[in-house]
This record gives sequence, C-alpha cells and structure tokens, in this order.
Amino acid sequence: MPEDTQPRILAFFCNWCTYTAADLAGVSRMKYAATSRVVRVMCSGRIDPQFVLSAFAKGADGVLIGGCHPGDCHYISGNTKCLRRHRLLKRMLADMGIEPERLRLEWISASEGDRVKTVINEMTADLKRLGPLKLPERCVAWDVEAIDEEPDHAEAVAKEAVHA
Amino acid sequence: MRYAYFPGCSLKSSGRAYEESFLAVCRALEIGMDELDDWNCCGATAYMSVDEANSHVLATRNLALAERVGLDVVVPCAGCYGVLAKSKEYFEKYSSVRNAVTTGLAAGGFAYEGRAQVRHPLDILSNDLPPRALRSKVKKPLKGLKVACYYGCRLIRPVSPFDDMHDPQTMDGLLKSVGARMVEYGLKGKCCGGSLTGTVPEAGLPMCYDLLKEAHRLEADVIATACPLCQFNLECYQDDIAKKHPDLKPMPVVYFTQLIGVAMGLDPKDLGLHRQIVPIEPLLREKGILGGEDAKPKAKEPAAAGGRS
Amino acid sequence: MMTELHQNGQEEVRIGYFVCHCGTNIAAMIDVAAVAEYVSTLPNVVVSKDYRYMCSEAGQDLIVQDIKEHRLNRIVVAACSPLLHERTFRTATQRGGINPFFCHMVNIREHGSWVHEDRAEATEKAKALARGAIGRVKYHKALEKRREPVTPAALVVGGGIAGIQAALTLANTGKKVYLVERDPTIGGHMAKFDKTFPTLDCAACILTPKMSEVYAHPNIVLWTYSEVEGIEGYVGNYQVRVRRKARYIDEELCVGCLDCVDECVFKVGNVDDEFNVGLSKRKPVYMPFPQAVPKLVVIDPVACTHLNGGNCQKSCVDACERAAINFDQTDTIEEIKVGAVIVATGFKTFDPKRKPLYGYGKYPNVYTALEVERLVTSCGPTEGEVVCRDGRTPKKIGIVHCVGSRDHQTNRWCSRVCCMYSMKLAHLLHEHTGAEIYNFYIDIRAPGKGYEEFYERLQEEGNHFIRGRVAEITDIPKVAEEEGMLTIRVEDSLAGFVRRIPVDMVVLSTGLEPHADSQDVRRMFNISCSREGFFLERHPKLAPVSTTTDGVYLAGCCQGPKDIPDTVAQAGAAAAEALTLLDTGYVEMEPSVSVVDPIFCSGCKTCLNLCPYHAITRDDAKGVAVINPVLCKGCGVCVAACPSGAITQNLFEDREIFEEIEEVLAYA
Repeated sequence: MPEDTQPRILAFFCNWCTYTAADLAGVSRMKYAATSRVVRVMCSGRIDPQFVLSAFAKGADGVLIGGCHPGDCHYISGNTKCLRRHRLLKRMLADMGIEPERLRLEWISASEGDRVKTVINEMTADLKRLGPLKLPERCVAWDVEAIDEEPDHAEAVAKEAVHA
Repeated sequence: MRYAYFPGCSLKSSGRAYEESFLAVCRALEIGMDELDDWNCCGATAYMSVDEANSHVLATRNLALAERVGLDVVVPCAGCYGVLAKSKEYFEKYSSVRNAVTTGLAAGGFAYEGRAQVRHPLDILSNDLPPRALRSKVKKPLKGLKVACYYGCRLIRPVSPFDDMHDPQTMDGLLKSVGARMVEYGLKGKCCGGSLTGTVPEAGLPMCYDLLKEAHRLEADVIATACPLCQFNLECYQDDIAKKHPDLKPMPVVYFTQLIGVAMGLDPKDLGLHRQIVPIEPLLREKGILGGEDAKPKAKEPAAAGGRS
Repeated sequence: MMTELHQNGQEEVRIGYFVCHCGTNIAAMIDVAAVAEYVSTLPNVVVSKDYRYMCSEAGQDLIVQDIKEHRLNRIVVAACSPLLHERTFRTATQRGGINPFFCHMVNIREHGSWVHEDRAEATEKAKALARGAIGRVKYHKALEKRREPVTPAALVVGGGIAGIQAALTLANTGKKVYLVERDPTIGGHMAKFDKTFPTLDCAACILTPKMSEVYAHPNIVLWTYSEVEGIEGYVGNYQVRVRRKARYIDEELCVGCLDCVDECVFKVGNVDDEFNVGLSKRKPVYMPFPQAVPKLVVIDPVACTHLNGGNCQKSCVDACERAAINFDQTDTIEEIKVGAVIVATGFKTFDPKRKPLYGYGKYPNVYTALEVERLVTSCGPTEGEVVCRDGRTPKKIGIVHCVGSRDHQTNRWCSRVCCMYSMKLAHLLHEHTGAEIYNFYIDIRAPGKGYEEFYERLQEEGNHFIRGRVAEITDIPKVAEEEGMLTIRVEDSLAGFVRRIPVDMVVLSTGLEPHADSQDVRRMFNISCSREGFFLERHPKLAPVSTTTDGVYLAGCCQGPKDIPDTVAQAGAAAAEALTLLDTGYVEMEPSVSVVDPIFCSGCKTCLNLCPYHAITRDDAKGVAVINPVLCKGCGVCVAACPSGAITQNLFEDREIFEEIEEVLAYA
C-alpha cells in the first residue's frame, strides 16, 4: 500500500441503530472521510471476534464496531454480548502488538448521524497517526523469518495453513 | 482543618477588614489558614479580557503554589475566586489552556496538576465545619439584627459550585446560625455595578441605589457581603447616591465574617469594624450585641447623626 | 428457475451487477461507469451495467430481463440504502424468476456519494464495496419467507384524542380494539381545555361525543385506570399483560350519581385535583370530571383514610344505594392477544420551576397556561371567573411564550402549539376580564389553516405583542406603578431597549415534553426515541406513524408536539397502517433467522441462555440445541457464540461475512 493512501477502516454497523444513523448522516449530507467500508449486520451481537481478526489479517488498518446504546438494543441485550467480546478481544489484540486505537467500539443511536461522522473522522486521524498496520505483509515477513530458521517446520506449517 | 489562603490584592488594601475578620474567625474556630508564600495578583477580569492564555498562567501560578504545600486554597475575594476557579476549570477542560499553562508555569519552575481545589469561605464554613462547631462558639448571638445577605455576581454565576444559582443560602445559613434574622432579600444576586461605579458612574451608581433602596424597604439593619468590590460599592458611594436621592438613609455594609466575629465575641478592632465608613458599632451597641455583658438594648432612638465622617 | 449452492457440488454462479446513477445523486460523486467496468472484470460476473434510476419501472425491468436473458442467478444492486429499496429489488429479482434472496444491495449513496467530497476516493470505495458484495453474494441461498397468521385485534395505549381517534377508526372497520388508559377517564389533555384554536370551538363539546362513542362501541374494550405491564411476541402475534388497578368500585353497579362523594367524611377536598391542575382540591373518592368516561367514581388509596388502615365510618358505603363500593377489590391482570399496537401516550407539560427566574411557585399570580385553561373554563374551579390566587381580578396580564422551548438550558425544540394557545388564552382572558394583555414572543408560529388570520384578529383586538424572550419576573418595584405588581423585564428587540412592564398576572406558555416514564414505555414496546425523548418514527418524512418495530405504531404527541388536527390525522394514519396489517391476515417473517446444524452441535448449551427471546432449547434426547423459528428474531448472538460453529444465520452466514470482509479489503 503506497505511503500516501488513506487508512482503511472496516466497520460493522448494526442495522437498527448505527447503520440507520449512517444513513441519516447521508441524508443530511454530512461529510466525512472515505476511509470506511461498512459491513451490515442485524445486531452488534452477531459480530464474531473472528470477523475482527480476519479484517486485520486481510488488510484493515482499523476496525469500527457500531451498536445501539446499552439498554436500547433492538434485540434487548445483543450489544451487551458485543461489549463483553470486545473487552476480551482488545486484550488479545494488545498481546499481538496491535495498538488499542485500531479497534473501536461505539454506541451510536439511530438519530445520531453526526456521531458517525465524528467517529469516522476521529478514527481516520488516529489511524493516520499510527500508520498502516500492514498485517498481511507482516505475516509474510514472519513466515520468511520462520523459514530461514527452521525450514522443515515452516514447510509443515505452510501446508497446514492451506487447509485452514 | 488546614488550608492555604490566597488574599488577593483587595484584601491587603481596601478590603483589609475582610482579611482581618476572616482570619480572626478562622483562628477562633481553629481552622488553619496559611497565607500562600509569594502569591501573585490573579489578574482579575481585566487581564483575562486582554490576553486570555497568559491570564490563566498568572492565575494558576497561585494554584501551583497551593499544590506545592499540598493544600486546597481558600479565596475570600469573589473576583479572585471566580478567576482562579475558572482557570482551574479551563485547565481541566481545554487542552489549549492546559498546554499554555503547563509551558508558562514550567518557565518559572512550577507545575500544576489540577489537584488543589479552589474554595470560598462561605463554602468551607458551611460545608467543612463539623456540625454545631460555629454555634458552639457563639457568645453574643446577633439577636434583633436584621441582615440582608448580598452575594453579588461572581460567586453564583455563571456556575454556582457550592450554592443555588437563583436563591443562594449559604451566607443566610451562617448568619442565621449565629442568631441574626434574615430579610428576604430578592436582589441578593443582582449586580452592584462592579467597576462601572468608577468608570461609568451614571450606569453603576443607580445599580447600587436599587440594592440599598430595597434593603431599606425590607427594613434591614445591615447588608452583609462576601466580596470586597461589592462592599466598597455599596458602602462608599452612599454620599454620591444621596445627592440624587436625598431620602436615602445611611446603611451599614459589612463583611459576613465581621458579623460572625462579633457573634463569637471577638474584639471589634480585630474585625476591622473601625474601618467602616458607615459605622456599625453604634447600632450593635444599641442592640446590646456589643458593649460588654451588662449593656442592654436601648429603646429605639433615631440613628445617631453624623455617622459618616 | 431456482438454483442453490449445494454443499458438495456447485451450480455455476452467474452474477448480474447493476449500479445506479440515481440521477446525479450518485453519479455526480462516483464514476459509476468506471465501477461497472471494474466489476465486469471480477469472477462470476456475467452482466455489469450502470443505469440512471434502478428503482424505476424501467430499472427494475432491466433486472428482470437480464435474469432471463443471461440466466443470472445472483443480483447485486449498488444504489441507495437497503433500508430504502431492498424490498424493491428483491421483488424485481423474484419477478425475474429466481429467489428474491439472491439479491444483495450495496449502499453507495447514503454511505458514499452523499458523504464524501473526493470523487476519486468515493469511486474507489464504491469499487471496494462492489467487490465485497460480489464475493458475498455467491454464498446466498434460496430462502422462503414464512407466513404467520395475524391476530385480528389491536391494542391502543393511551386514551387521549389520539388514542380515541385511532380506536374509533379501527373499531369502525369491524376490528376488535383494546383501549388502555392509565387515568380513571379517557380524554387526556384535550378534556382540560376550554376552547380550541383557531375556531374557538369548545373542546369538551367536540371531544365528549367521541368519548361516548368509544364507550358505546361494540368493538372497543375500554380499560381505564389500567396500564400495560408487559408485552411479548412479534408482529401480528403480541401477548400483552394489562394491569387493571382497583377502583374499589364495582363497575357494573356504579351509576356515577356522586352520592358517595357528597357523603365522604372529608367535608372538603384534601387532595390536589389533577384535572384542575392543582387549582382546587378533591376528595379521596372522586370522579375526575362530570363528563368522565366511564362515568364511574374511583377511590384514591393514598388519600382514603380507610384504605390507609385508619378508622373511618365509611359514610360513602352507606350513601351508595347500589352497594357499589368494595374495599376488598384488588388489582387484576388481564392477558390479551393482539396483532398490532398503537402507542398514543401523549405528553407532559414543562415544569416551569426549572426556570426559577420566572417565579412560578414563588409568586402566587404566576400561572401555567394549563392552569389558565381551567380558570377560564366555565366548569372549572372558579366557574370561569378569572381571579388570581391573591384575590385580585387582573387588569394587566403578561403571557410569556417559549417557557421550556427553544431554550438551550432546558428544551431546544419548538413545542409547536404554544404560540397558538397563547393567543387563544389572550383572547379568552380579555373576553373574561377586559384586561390589557401583553404577549412576549420570539417568533409567532401560526402555520395552520386559519392560524395566521387568528393572529391578525388578536392584533386587531388590541393585544400587545412584544418581541423578546422574558429575562425575569420580579415583585421588587423600581417605580411607583410597579408596587404590588409583577414586573416583567424583557428586551423589546424590535424597539431596541429593555422594558419593565408591571402586570397583575403572568401566564407561562409552557412547552410540551415526553412523559417522565417514556424511556420505560418505549423499552417495553421495543421502539426507539429521538434525541429529545419523543418516540421515533420509522422515517421522518415518509413513515411518520410506524416504528422500526413491525406492528407497533405511533399517534399523537408521544411522537412529537403537535396540535389537535395533526394529532387526529396521525391517529387515523396509524389506524390505517395497523389495519393493513390486520386485514391482510398474515405477516411474512424475515427469513434471516438462525438454524442449528445438529451434526456440528455438541450440546454444550452455551447458546441457550444467550437468547433474549428464549428461542433456543435443548433436545435432551438428541443432545443438541434447537431454535424455534417462530420465536427467533434473527439477531445472530448465538451464531457468534457457538464454539462449534454449528449455528448459521440465514443471510448473515459466517462464510458470507468472511468473504465480504476479505473481498472488500482485497480491493487495493
């Protein structure tokens, strides 16, 4: 990825609150950075932590999760589950050396179009400051290191990776 | 109880009585009040209007001094109180102010972390004293004295950290607990004119007149204040105002700490009562509050003439 | 022509991609031709084209024709928000002959052209999103919407004019309606008004016939002094629990003769009369007002001596010739089944004590507008005589607009009705007292039919209109004419100076706000609120009576401040929408429910407690979890939690989402 390109945020927005708020931001013609790519889910509770990990692994510089405010979940308590998973995930990411600002959880209700704009702009600025994550390239580099040190083991691991 | 004490410029000059009476009352209540060493002028509203960033540095230097001695700082002058409290709030709220203050203070070898709290005498006397601490020290309850408590602007606007913005009661509460009777002073929070009495008297003096007239209408004996400028404005221009409104009788204007000190039986000289331009001692003697154990309240006589000299 | 992606074999996936210009809405910021060009290079894409208006007849026909001509089995439409047109394009897909759920939408308008300013960046984003969709859609399966029958009954919550109108409209079509009202009588705020603007119709005269109609209607079950306690189920199939509070009166026997009230041991009232907004007192046994519907008394358990364990001779019991008083009555719980719910819970007025500078509660002659309504009304506490609390008949009256409205310190919104009711009260007060009236306003909002003419009339009648937000009301006089009066201090912004105007009486035109318990109510019905706290409509322009919860509708001021004509109109609209649901007889459930694959389920029970709808149970015989598709609402929480990956959510499968993530990011 060339150095001057914008960071890429993969956003998971829940249908009832955050996605609707983003629509409202659009209807109101609010302007924000073109860095986000939204994946729509019905509830923030649908978000499997593996989605987040996959996003980072496939090249996202940041992941944004948008759900309803606590107490307001359309499915009663889905956002609570999302919150719990997020807490644990953040610690795992820290262990992996991924900066905490790269994963952001926001409660945005359906009427808060301006929050969508603010959050995306803030996150874009933060990610620009942190620089690209480049996880896929890092993985390759790690693999190269591993191959240099233990060629047989690396080959076995690589074979397994094909089936994962 | 121990605090750092920031007098500010006024309390060392025209507001001397405020300092004298406040420190005397603190001594009697065994409240430690240590004057900050090497305190500086807070800048008042003048500096803030001219150079806001630097005015915060000037003000927070005093807070840094308080932090050095590890104490909260008590600020009797309402003007200084407003400035220091505002600087503290802005330091916490706005990174631009925080940066300016940190850099500016560092140049002088100071650091401020927002730990020292800014307090007012009304606040600490109402909220920090153990219950009945004040009442137990009362020797001469202010019986029969009708007081109009005047708060002015700076203590209750734009935010009121320790009292109700529209109907403040801390001063009323304190003076009631030493035996005085409050009048329902509806103009308790109305501006006295501030510096307008000096710069644009035709605007400022009528504002003082309204306050004095209402206190008279409610038959108050005295107006109690908590700000040196309010006290000065209400007391010292009564002559000028009387030129336009000859029916305006003299009204003593004191600091609430002076009244508390009187109730505690402290020496009037220590309370700065002799500094009053409209004297209050005759009135207090008349009511039997001053003048020794066997002084009884005399029958009501017309107020002694020539009180102002 | 139905195709499916089988687990062990694959049909050839043939994708049609259509990107919409939406006139210039999308095309002005996104190079749609370039996007279509790019997408045509992606695998499995057979057709990739751009078109001016995809949602139009012609646009939809394009999909239909291309499906047939190119044997497409997947459709991706890049256009506006799926919340707007997902249904449109799924229907078009179905008309083309394939399962509608093979269609997926990409949002490049609300999330794209409307919010970005750099054409190149916006176009890149559109391409990335397109690639994600192309990757995802190949995993879509054919799905069927399940049909569930609809209970042909409706619940209307709230018995003000909105609830009354909605209930009558529905009941007149033959549907059964349960009207539940918290107060002992229906009528709401409107029953307290004297006259209504701009015609000065008597409020009671136009309301009470409707109230009687409700009572007499064979299709309406009227439960007053009752509250909805809980609601479960889904659109078309709600189970509602209603608590009917004990009146301590047998409803079958009481005829509303009021003998018990006359004979009550309290010779005068001792409780603030709610109907007269605290201007008079009522007794513990009371009828809210003479035209109450139902015409029954009620005993207030907080004020009644006997019910508080005190010693009372219960003269009310002796007085009742029909032996209708029953102190042993308890609350009852009713369980009902309805298909649709209309929430019409109304509003409360702003508490003017939050503006201490206006002196409400401090000065006796400061009133709220609602209190003045009760003063001027001929059956009010003063029988229409406008006499102040201190006994004087006002000669000068000040009406302060925007109390608790258009105010950053309290409520920012405009309450919409206050200008009109202020002018109405100005007229009525002048009529009753001949007083000189001052209106202090910020703007005069008179948008309805006859409203502007009413404003002109008020001006011709000699009312003063001073443009300025009142700063304070004080009783401290500055000059002789202010002695004994309340002085209004205000900047006359048109004249350019501050004025002090002494008056005898001040009327505060308080704004409308949501009820104190509106958050609890809306959580119970699973609807949202806007930032101000009013219930949120599905769309502010095009769907003002429905909510994002299917089957729950809104009517009246609970959705936002409005006057009576708009309330009645909205109530009719809500009834019509509810009727659409009830008359169709069935509701189609979204197929995005979750399903457990028993082969992979290990029976660990992790998912069981996660479901807020208790849709998941464990089949102990087989040792696997089972999801009830009727109860499942498709949130996907269980899917994310399953350690074995045994649960799939239709339309939001793991592989669909993983693919979407990977492909969106694969676009460099």
